[in-house]
Amino acid sequence: MAIHVRYFARLREELGREGDTLDAKDLSCVADVWARAHPGQERPPGVLMAVNQAYAHPQDPVRDGDEVAFFPPVTGG
Amino acid sequence: MAVSLHPEPFDPLALLAACTEQLPPGGHGAQAVFIGSLRDFNEGDTVRAMTLEHYPGMTEGELGRIEQEARARWPLQEVRIAHRVGSIAPGEPIVLVAAWSARRAAAFDACRFLVEALKSQAPFWKQETLADGRQRWVQGNA
Repeated sequence: MAIHVRYFARLREELGREGDTLDAKDLSCVADVWARAHPGQERPPGVLMAVNQAYAHPQDPVRDGDEVAFFPPVTGG
Repeated sequence: MAVSLHPEPFDPLALLAACTEQLPPGGHGAQAVFIGSLRDFNEGDTVRAMTLEHYPGMTEGELGRIEQEARARWPLQEVRIAHRVGSIAPGEPIVLVAAWSARRAAAFDACRFLVEALKSQAPFWKQETLADGRQRWVQGNA
């Protein structure tokens, strides 16, 4: 199992990929996931995050098998 | 089907008619409707097309959650949300929001709430193509 990371819209373009697959070991919260996937790179201001397709906060827990997403502020309608 | 996403152009009035047909006649005294379409201008530039990206699964989930929130706050007989995704041309409808209620206040208020909530909460992202072919992301609601 692993943690599946997804990126959307401008953030996906800036990172140059649609996602990452990370070993869940030592990842306890959403902020850990970003730090592992982007070492030394701060989360861009305003970036939103979701765990298993529900909005989440940086300190929310993650578990093996979770889908974690990072994306820019949304604009529908 | 209260919430739907459309990769192809949709006819808002046909969707409304289909929805109203399902409701018991006489049960609602008010229906408030918002239809949003793509402008051919934005921030002083001519817009030739727009691509609407979404997060399959989460977008439908958020729209459903917003619908439930509206139903909890107002006495609504029915709610309908339809939203385009993919490549959109100027003039085409992007979003349909409708709320049916016994009286106009609940229908108006719920419709307004649904539109504002989906704009600021549902995961959609807009990328405009300008007249010169340049593409840019529309600033989201932080």
